[in-house]
Amino acid sequence: MTNENIAEHTVEPMSAADANTEHRITVRGLNIFYGKFRAVADVDMDIEPQSVTALIGPSGCGKSTFLRSLNRMHEVIDNATVEGTVQINGVDLYGPKIDPVQVRRKIGMVFQRPNPFPTMSIAENVLAGKRLNQRRIKKDEADQVIEQALRDSNLWEEVKDRLDAPGGGLSGGQQQRLCIARAIAVEPEVLLMDEPCSALDPISTLAIEQLMLQLRRKYTIVIVTHNMQQAARVSERTAFFNIEGTGKPGRLIEMDTTEVMFANPTQQATQDYVTGRFG
Amino acid sequence: MSTDTIDDTDRTPTGGFAAEPVSKVGDRVFSGLSRGAGIIILVTLAGVAMFLVWNAMPALTASSKEIGPGGDEGNGKGFLSYVGTLAFGTVWAALLALLIAVPFGVAIALYISHYAPKRLSRTLGYVIDLLAAIPSVVYGLWGIFVLAPTMADHVYPWFSDHLGFVPMFSGKVLASGRSMATVALVLAVMILPIITAISREVFLQTPRLNEEAALALGATRWEMIRIAVLPYGKSGVISGAMLGLGRALGETMAVALILAPANVYSLKLFTSQNPNTIAANIALQFPESTGLEVNTLIATGLVLFAITLFVNLMSRRAARGNIF
Repeated sequence: MTNENIAEHTVEPMSAADANTEHRITVRGLNIFYGKFRAVADVDMDIEPQSVTALIGPSGCGKSTFLRSLNRMHEVIDNATVEGTVQINGVDLYGPKIDPVQVRRKIGMVFQRPNPFPTMSIAENVLAGKRLNQRRIKKDEADQVIEQALRDSNLWEEVKDRLDAPGGGLSGGQQQRLCIARAIAVEPEVLLMDEPCSALDPISTLAIEQLMLQLRRKYTIVIVTHNMQQAARVSERTAFFNIEGTGKPGRLIEMDTTEVMFANPTQQATQDYVTGRFG
Repeated sequence: MSTDTIDDTDRTPTGGFAAEPVSKVGDRVFSGLSRGAGIIILVTLAGVAMFLVWNAMPALTASSKEIGPGGDEGNGKGFLSYVGTLAFGTVWAALLALLIAVPFGVAIALYISHYAPKRLSRTLGYVIDLLAAIPSVVYGLWGIFVLAPTMADHVYPWFSDHLGFVPMFSGKVLASGRSMATVALVLAVMILPIITAISREVFLQTPRLNEEAALALGATRWEMIRIAVLPYGKSGVISGAMLGLGRALGETMAVALILAPANVYSLKLFTSQNPNTIAANIALQFPESTGLEVNTLIATGLVLFAITLFVNLMSRRAARGNIF
């Protein structure tokens, strides 16, 4: 891999206008560490606002680690550190005065396995993030937030009669949509999804994918997926990560529109991976 | 070999499983041993209960005038009157201890599980467990010689002066400090290890997923603990508290050494008027008791047995999350 390729395919000139008004994410020189081990090396990436960007690549290539560095969730692991910059609206998330807690309130995350809070009701799960910002929420406002978030996550019709039931009682797919509702209830600027469908059946997967297509009108979405078809179905742009071998860091191989990445990638490794001839 | 040419002609009609049963001697021996152990426990428990009931009978059926071992306290007012203050003192001391120990225990457990650096948290865990290994008579001596005078000189008077309007803190402070407050403090230290250890274990078992869910919503560490760790660990904390309560109810030596008892119902913590506990009372009175007096003491033991059994049952239910 050469730097020219990254330059050609990932760093597109952007106008000042959309830099200011949209939530474009600009990653420069990102190195991500677990202790002394460098898991991801030298990533430069621009993530388009209000679109879906898919991160693909073999297991262990660092795409999930990279995703978690975008909302500073990486550093909750012991000894995990990040070097480089991640800018959103021109502000470096790793700047000295930035509080990671505030970053996470603006950049929501959905995990691989559905993780609603087991002791909370469906309604309380949706409000959980909201309550962190705002201790007292009026009943009307709470009801409105709950309904809006559940409607946006396509769950409202299924749960509107049992909002006080425990969130853990829902099916896996419903739980995952509940987690999405919880993430978007705080109106984040960006939504990160770490293999959100890997624990779900095909029907629930379809529901979540349709949801992503709706949500991209409001949010900037970055999704990690192992499912090539899924990347092709939901994303506008795709980034391919790869790893040279165990103990070596993962790197961004190339990034382009999803069409180009699947039909006509410039790198042989990408070609091999998307056509299933990998390894 | 490709998958569609698997040759299954050599399979027996039983589908490859041996027709004759595998020797199960080990299974039988082990199940017999463990069942035997279980039965011994039940027999022992039943034996203790029968002993208590049998020996308590004379006291329970005696006329009220005859009750009152070890002098004039409670004399002539019947068994219920006699055991009443003792049962009250027992529960009161244990509840006070719980009230002090639970917040500390939970706080220490959280510090160990979620705040302290790895090495420190391990050391701290050992130290807390060590507290459980100190014999209760040592706690009693420490209570008499160190804690009681110190508290009576420096702490109790302050509470009495500034918070005297609260009934618990009112009354004249006992100069020796051998009052209910000191007993409660010592009991609290004694039950701290079990509460801490159990809380720590459940807090450590909080699913990483739930913790990350909270952090990803922008929770601070304390908020993460509040919305993910504490709800998850609640039933464990409750059952730890119940186990601690059980120990506090039955504690004998420390209370017997420290407390200056009287035969009263009193909520006052610092005065000389302190209800005794059942276990401590038995220990103090038994050497000088004969005949019906012994039966009366055993009957109080039966009451303690009932209280402790009740607490243990509640702790079981709490552990399963069926109450609260």
